[in-house]
Amino acid sequence: MITPLHSTLYFSLGPVPITQAILTTWAIMLLLVVTALLLRWQLRLRPAKPQAAIELIVDMLDTQIRETTGAEPAPYRSFIGSLFVFILTANWVSLLPGVEPPTAKLETDAALAAIVFVSVIWFGIRGAGVAGYLRSFAAPNIAMIPLNLLESVTRVFSMFVRLFGNVMSGVFVIGIVASLAGLLVPIPLMALDLLTGLVQAYIFAVLAMVFIAATVEDGQPKPAPPPQKKEN
Amino acid sequence: MDYLRLASIVCAAFAVAFGALGPALAEGRAVAAAMEAIARQPEAANTISRTLFVGLAMIETTAIYCLVIALLLLFANPLLA
Repeated sequence: MITPLHSTLYFSLGPVPITQAILTTWAIMLLLVVTALLLRWQLRLRPAKPQAAIELIVDMLDTQIRETTGAEPAPYRSFIGSLFVFILTANWVSLLPGVEPPTAKLETDAALAAIVFVSVIWFGIRGAGVAGYLRSFAAPNIAMIPLNLLESVTRVFSMFVRLFGNVMSGVFVIGIVASLAGLLVPIPLMALDLLTGLVQAYIFAVLAMVFIAATVEDGQPKPAPPPQKKEN
Repeated sequence: MDYLRLASIVCAAFAVAFGALGPALAEGRAVAAAMEAIARQPEAANTISRTLFVGLAMIETTAIYCLVIALLLLFANPLLA
Protein backbone atom coordinates (compact mmCIF):
# COMPACT_ATOMS: atom_id res chain seq x y z
CA MET A 1 0.00 0.00 0.00
CA ILE A 2 1.35 3.41 -1.00
CA THR A 3 1.07 5.82 1.91
CA PRO A 4 2.01 9.50 2.10
CA LEU A 5 4.88 8.60 4.41
CA HIS A 6 6.38 6.06 2.02
CA SER A 7 9.37 6.93 -0.20
CA THR A 8 10.07 5.26 -3.51
CA LEU A 9 13.55 3.72 -3.45
CA TYR A 10 15.43 3.92 -6.75
CA PHE A 11 18.87 2.52 -5.98
CA SER A 12 21.50 2.52 -3.24
CA LEU A 13 24.91 4.18 -3.22
CA GLY A 14 26.66 1.83 -0.82
CA PRO A 15 24.68 2.04 2.44
CA VAL A 16 22.86 5.23 1.36
CA PRO A 17 19.42 4.65 -0.16
CA ILE A 18 18.66 7.04 -3.03
CA THR A 19 14.95 7.82 -3.21
CA GLN A 20 12.86 9.71 -5.71
CA ALA A 21 12.87 12.79 -3.49
CA ILE A 22 16.69 12.88 -3.46
CA LEU A 23 16.92 12.62 -7.23
CA THR A 24 14.38 15.44 -7.63
CA THR A 25 16.31 17.51 -5.11
CA TRP A 26 19.54 17.00 -7.03
CA ALA A 27 17.84 17.98 -10.28
CA ILE A 28 16.45 21.16 -8.69
CA MET A 29 19.85 22.01 -7.19
CA LEU A 30 21.55 21.52 -10.55
CA LEU A 31 18.92 23.64 -12.31
CA LEU A 32 19.16 26.49 -9.81
CA VAL A 33 22.98 26.50 -9.68
CA VAL A 34 23.38 26.39 -13.46
CA THR A 35 20.78 29.15 -13.93
CA ALA A 36 22.50 31.29 -11.31
CA LEU A 37 25.94 30.77 -12.89
CA LEU A 38 24.63 31.59 -16.37
CA LEU A 39 22.97 34.74 -15.10
CA ARG A 40 26.06 35.79 -13.16
CA TRP A 41 28.15 35.32 -16.27
CA GLN A 42 26.00 37.84 -18.13
CA LEU A 43 25.87 40.55 -15.48
CA ARG A 44 25.99 44.04 -17.04
CA LEU A 45 25.60 47.54 -15.76
CA ARG A 46 22.70 48.07 -18.14
CA PRO A 47 20.64 44.97 -17.37
CA ALA A 48 19.01 42.82 -20.02
CA LYS A 49 15.58 41.31 -19.37
CA PRO A 50 16.62 38.24 -17.29
CA GLN A 51 18.94 40.29 -15.15
CA ALA A 52 16.24 42.90 -14.58
CA ALA A 53 13.84 40.16 -13.45
CA ILE A 54 16.42 38.73 -11.04
CA GLU A 55 17.20 42.21 -9.71
CA LEU A 56 13.49 42.68 -9.09
CA ILE A 57 13.38 39.45 -7.06
CA VAL A 58 16.48 40.36 -5.03
CA ASP A 59 15.09 43.82 -4.39
CA MET A 60 11.78 42.35 -3.20
CA LEU A 61 13.70 39.99 -0.92
CA ASP A 62 15.63 42.89 0.61
CA THR A 63 12.41 44.82 1.19
CA GLN A 64 10.79 41.82 2.85
CA ILE A 65 13.76 41.21 5.15
CA ARG A 66 13.88 44.87 6.11
CA GLU A 67 10.13 45.08 6.69
CA THR A 68 9.75 41.91 8.74
CA THR A 69 12.79 42.24 10.98
CA GLY A 70 14.25 45.71 10.56
CA ALA A 71 17.70 44.18 10.07
CA GLU A 72 20.08 45.11 7.26
CA PRO A 73 19.52 42.41 4.61
CA ALA A 74 23.14 42.06 3.40
CA PRO A 75 24.37 39.17 5.64
CA TYR A 76 21.15 37.19 5.34
CA ARG A 77 20.21 37.77 1.70
CA SER A 78 21.99 34.75 0.23
CA PHE A 79 20.81 32.27 2.86
CA ILE A 80 17.18 33.37 3.05
CA GLY A 81 17.00 33.86 -0.71
CA SER A 82 18.34 30.37 -1.45
CA LEU A 83 15.93 28.89 1.06
CA PHE A 84 12.97 30.69 -0.52
CA VAL A 85 13.91 29.92 -4.12
CA PHE A 86 14.66 26.27 -3.39
CA ILE A 87 11.42 25.62 -1.50
CA LEU A 88 9.39 27.49 -4.11
CA THR A 89 10.92 25.44 -6.94
CA ALA A 90 10.49 22.24 -4.96
CA ASN A 91 6.81 23.00 -4.29
CA TRP A 92 6.07 23.95 -7.88
CA VAL A 93 7.92 21.00 -9.41
CA SER A 94 4.69 19.01 -8.95
CA LEU A 95 3.43 20.77 -12.10
CA LEU A 96 5.63 18.47 -14.16
CA PRO A 97 3.73 15.24 -14.74
CA GLY A 98 5.06 12.28 -12.78
CA VAL A 99 7.29 14.37 -10.51
CA GLU A 100 6.44 14.52 -6.84
CA PRO A 101 7.68 17.57 -4.91
CA PRO A 102 10.56 16.59 -2.59
CA THR A 103 9.07 18.82 0.11
CA ALA A 104 6.16 16.37 0.33
CA LYS A 105 8.60 13.96 1.99
CA LEU A 106 9.44 14.23 5.67
CA GLU A 107 13.19 13.87 5.10
CA THR A 108 13.62 16.93 2.87
CA ASP A 109 11.68 19.15 5.25
CA ALA A 110 13.58 17.82 8.24
CA ALA A 111 16.85 18.59 6.46
CA LEU A 112 15.70 22.13 5.64
CA ALA A 113 14.61 22.71 9.22
CA ALA A 114 17.95 21.34 10.48
CA ILE A 115 19.73 23.86 8.24
CA VAL A 116 17.62 26.63 9.79
CA PHE A 117 18.43 25.33 13.31
CA VAL A 118 22.18 25.42 12.60
CA SER A 119 21.97 28.78 10.85
CA VAL A 120 20.27 30.36 13.87
CA ILE A 121 23.29 29.31 15.96
CA TRP A 122 25.76 30.42 13.26
CA PHE A 123 24.22 33.83 12.66
CA GLY A 124 23.62 34.27 16.38
CA ILE A 125 27.29 33.68 17.22
CA ARG A 126 28.45 35.79 14.28
CA GLY A 127 26.15 38.67 15.09
CA ALA A 128 26.41 38.75 18.86
CA GLY A 129 29.44 36.62 19.82
CA VAL A 130 29.39 33.39 21.83
CA ALA A 131 28.52 35.17 25.06
CA GLY A 132 25.82 37.13 23.30
CA TYR A 133 24.36 33.98 21.77
CA LEU A 134 24.23 32.30 25.18
CA ARG A 135 22.73 35.46 26.65
CA SER A 136 19.94 35.33 24.07
CA PHE A 137 18.52 32.28 25.86
CA ALA A 138 17.91 34.39 28.95
CA ALA A 139 16.09 36.92 26.84
CA PRO A 140 13.32 38.55 28.86
CA ASN A 141 14.71 37.26 32.14
CA ILE A 142 16.66 34.37 33.56
CA ALA A 143 13.62 32.26 34.44
CA MET A 144 12.91 31.78 30.75
CA ILE A 145 16.04 29.68 30.04
CA PRO A 146 14.34 26.24 30.05
CA LEU A 147 11.46 27.50 27.96
CA ASN A 148 13.79 29.16 25.47
CA LEU A 149 15.89 26.01 25.16
CA LEU A 150 12.73 24.00 24.53
CA GLU A 151 11.40 26.57 22.10
CA SER A 152 14.55 26.57 19.98
CA VAL A 153 13.85 22.91 19.20
CA THR A 154 10.05 22.94 19.00
CA ARG A 155 9.81 25.94 16.68
CA VAL A 156 12.07 24.20 14.16
CA PHE A 157 10.00 21.04 14.54
CA SER A 158 6.77 22.90 13.92
CA MET A 159 8.37 24.58 10.88
CA PHE A 160 9.08 21.29 9.18
CA VAL A 161 5.78 19.67 10.09
CA ARG A 162 4.04 22.76 8.67
CA LEU A 163 5.85 22.59 5.34
CA PHE A 164 5.51 18.80 5.13
CA GLY A 165 1.82 18.81 6.04
CA ASN A 166 0.84 21.54 3.60
CA VAL A 167 2.71 20.19 0.58
CA MET A 168 1.94 16.54 1.32
CA SER A 169 -1.76 17.18 1.87
CA GLY A 170 -1.91 18.96 -1.49
CA VAL A 171 -0.30 16.01 -3.27
CA PHE A 172 -2.50 13.56 -1.34
CA VAL A 173 -5.76 15.37 -2.14
CA ILE A 174 -4.87 15.65 -5.83
CA GLY A 175 -4.08 11.93 -5.89
CA ILE A 176 -7.42 11.05 -4.32
CA VAL A 177 -9.42 13.37 -6.58
CA ALA A 178 -7.60 12.17 -9.69
CA SER A 179 -8.32 8.55 -8.80
CA LEU A 180 -12.01 9.31 -8.17
CA ALA A 181 -12.98 11.87 -10.78
CA GLY A 182 -10.70 11.68 -13.77
CA LEU A 183 -8.31 13.80 -15.73
CA LEU A 184 -9.33 17.47 -15.69
CA VAL A 185 -11.11 17.72 -12.35
CA PRO A 186 -7.99 18.21 -10.14
CA ILE A 187 -6.84 21.30 -12.08
CA PRO A 188 -8.47 23.91 -9.76
CA LEU A 189 -6.96 22.06 -6.82
CA MET A 190 -3.56 22.20 -8.50
CA ALA A 191 -3.98 25.95 -8.96
CA LEU A 192 -4.74 26.22 -5.25
CA ASP A 193 -1.62 24.14 -4.63
CA LEU A 194 0.49 26.70 -6.49
CA LEU A 195 -0.75 29.39 -4.12
CA THR A 196 -0.12 27.15 -1.09
CA GLY A 197 3.38 26.40 -2.33
CA LEU A 198 4.21 30.08 -2.75
CA VAL A 199 2.78 31.04 0.64
CA GLN A 200 4.52 28.18 2.43
CA ALA A 201 7.89 29.03 0.86
CA TYR A 202 7.39 32.65 1.92
CA ILE A 203 6.41 31.65 5.46
CA PHE A 204 9.38 29.28 5.81
CA ALA A 205 11.84 31.97 4.70
CA VAL A 206 10.23 34.69 6.83
CA LEU A 207 10.14 32.48 9.94
CA ALA A 208 13.81 31.56 9.49
CA MET A 209 14.61 35.26 9.20
CA VAL A 210 12.53 36.13 12.27
CA PHE A 211 14.25 33.43 14.38
CA ILE A 212 17.72 34.60 13.30
CA ALA A 213 16.91 38.26 13.88
CA ALA A 214 15.38 37.56 17.28
CA THR A 215 18.49 35.63 18.39
CA VAL A 216 20.85 38.36 17.18
CA GLU A 217 18.76 41.07 18.77
CA ASP A 218 18.41 39.31 22.13
CA GLY A 219 22.15 38.68 22.18
CA GLN A 220 23.09 42.36 22.01
CA PRO A 221 24.30 43.77 25.31
CA LYS A 222 21.48 45.70 26.90
CA PRO A 223 21.73 49.42 27.62
CA ALA A 224 21.40 50.22 31.30
CA PRO A 225 17.71 50.16 32.18
CA PRO A 226 16.19 53.54 33.02
CA PRO A 227 15.81 54.07 36.76
CA GLN A 228 12.40 52.90 37.80
CA LYS A 229 10.15 54.93 39.98
CA LYS A 230 9.50 53.32 43.28
CA GLU A 231 5.93 53.14 44.35
CA ASN A 232 5.22 53.77 47.92
CA MET B 1 -11.72 -7.22 15.50
CA ASP B 2 -8.48 -5.80 16.76
CA TYR B 3 -9.40 -3.03 19.20
CA LEU B 4 -6.19 -1.05 18.69
CA ARG B 5 -6.84 -0.87 14.96
CA LEU B 6 -10.46 0.17 15.49
CA ALA B 7 -9.46 2.82 18.02
CA SER B 8 -6.81 4.19 15.63
CA ILE B 9 -9.28 4.61 12.79
CA VAL B 10 -11.93 6.24 15.00
CA CYS B 11 -9.36 8.57 16.55
CA ALA B 12 -7.97 9.54 13.13
CA ALA B 13 -11.45 10.51 11.96
CA PHE B 14 -12.06 12.46 15.18
CA ALA B 15 -8.71 14.24 14.89
CA VAL B 16 -9.50 15.45 11.37
CA ALA B 17 -13.12 16.35 12.18
CA PHE B 18 -12.49 18.35 15.34
CA GLY B 19 -9.15 19.63 14.10
CA ALA B 20 -10.95 21.25 11.18
CA LEU B 21 -13.55 22.96 13.39
CA GLY B 22 -11.36 25.51 15.13
CA PRO B 23 -9.30 26.60 12.11
CA ALA B 24 -12.49 26.92 10.02
CA LEU B 25 -14.04 29.31 12.54
CA ALA B 26 -10.77 31.19 12.88
CA GLU B 27 -10.30 31.55 9.12
CA GLY B 28 -13.85 32.81 8.78
CA ARG B 29 -13.24 35.49 11.38
CA ALA B 30 -9.91 36.45 9.80
CA VAL B 31 -11.42 36.83 6.32
CA ALA B 32 -14.39 38.79 7.70
CA ALA B 33 -12.06 41.16 9.52
CA ALA B 34 -9.92 41.61 6.40
CA MET B 35 -13.02 42.33 4.27
CA GLU B 36 -14.09 44.97 6.74
CA ALA B 37 -10.64 46.53 6.74
CA ILE B 38 -10.49 46.58 2.93
CA ALA B 39 -13.97 48.13 2.74
CA ARG B 40 -12.86 50.83 5.13
CA GLN B 41 -9.46 51.44 3.56
CA PRO B 42 -9.39 50.22 -0.06
CA GLU B 43 -5.97 51.75 -0.66
CA ALA B 44 -4.40 49.39 1.89
CA ALA B 45 -5.84 46.30 0.16
CA ASN B 46 -2.43 45.02 -0.97
CA THR B 47 -0.85 44.98 2.47
CA ILE B 48 -4.00 43.61 4.08
CA SER B 49 -4.39 40.74 1.64
CA ARG B 50 -0.70 39.81 1.90
CA THR B 51 -0.92 39.69 5.68
CA LEU B 52 -4.23 37.85 5.38
CA PHE B 53 -2.70 35.12 3.24
CA VAL B 54 0.17 34.58 5.63
CA GLY B 55 -2.21 34.56 8.58
CA LEU B 56 -4.55 32.12 6.86
CA ALA B 57 -1.66 29.78 6.15
CA MET B 58 -0.63 29.95 9.80
CA ILE B 59 -4.18 29.20 10.97
CA GLU B 60 -4.55 26.42 8.46
CA THR B 61 -1.40 24.85 9.83
CA THR B 62 -3.26 23.79 12.98
CA ALA B 63 -5.67 21.78 10.83
CA ILE B 64 -2.71 20.35 8.93
CA TYR B 65 -1.12 19.24 12.21
CA CYS B 66 -4.28 17.27 12.95
CA LEU B 67 -4.14 15.77 9.45
CA VAL B 68 -0.54 14.70 10.03
CA ILE B 69 -1.53 13.07 13.34
CA ALA B 70 -4.39 11.27 11.58
CA LEU B 71 -2.10 10.02 8.82
CA LEU B 72 0.44 8.85 11.40
CA LEU B 73 -2.32 6.94 13.18
CA LEU B 74 -3.49 5.35 9.93
CA PHE B 75 -0.25 4.63 8.10
CA ALA B 76 2.66 4.71 10.55
CA ASN B 77 1.08 3.66 13.83
CA PRO B 78 3.83 2.49 16.19
CA LEU B 79 1.33 0.42 18.20
CA LEU B 80 0.29 -1.66 15.21
CA ALA B 81 3.76 -2.39 13.86
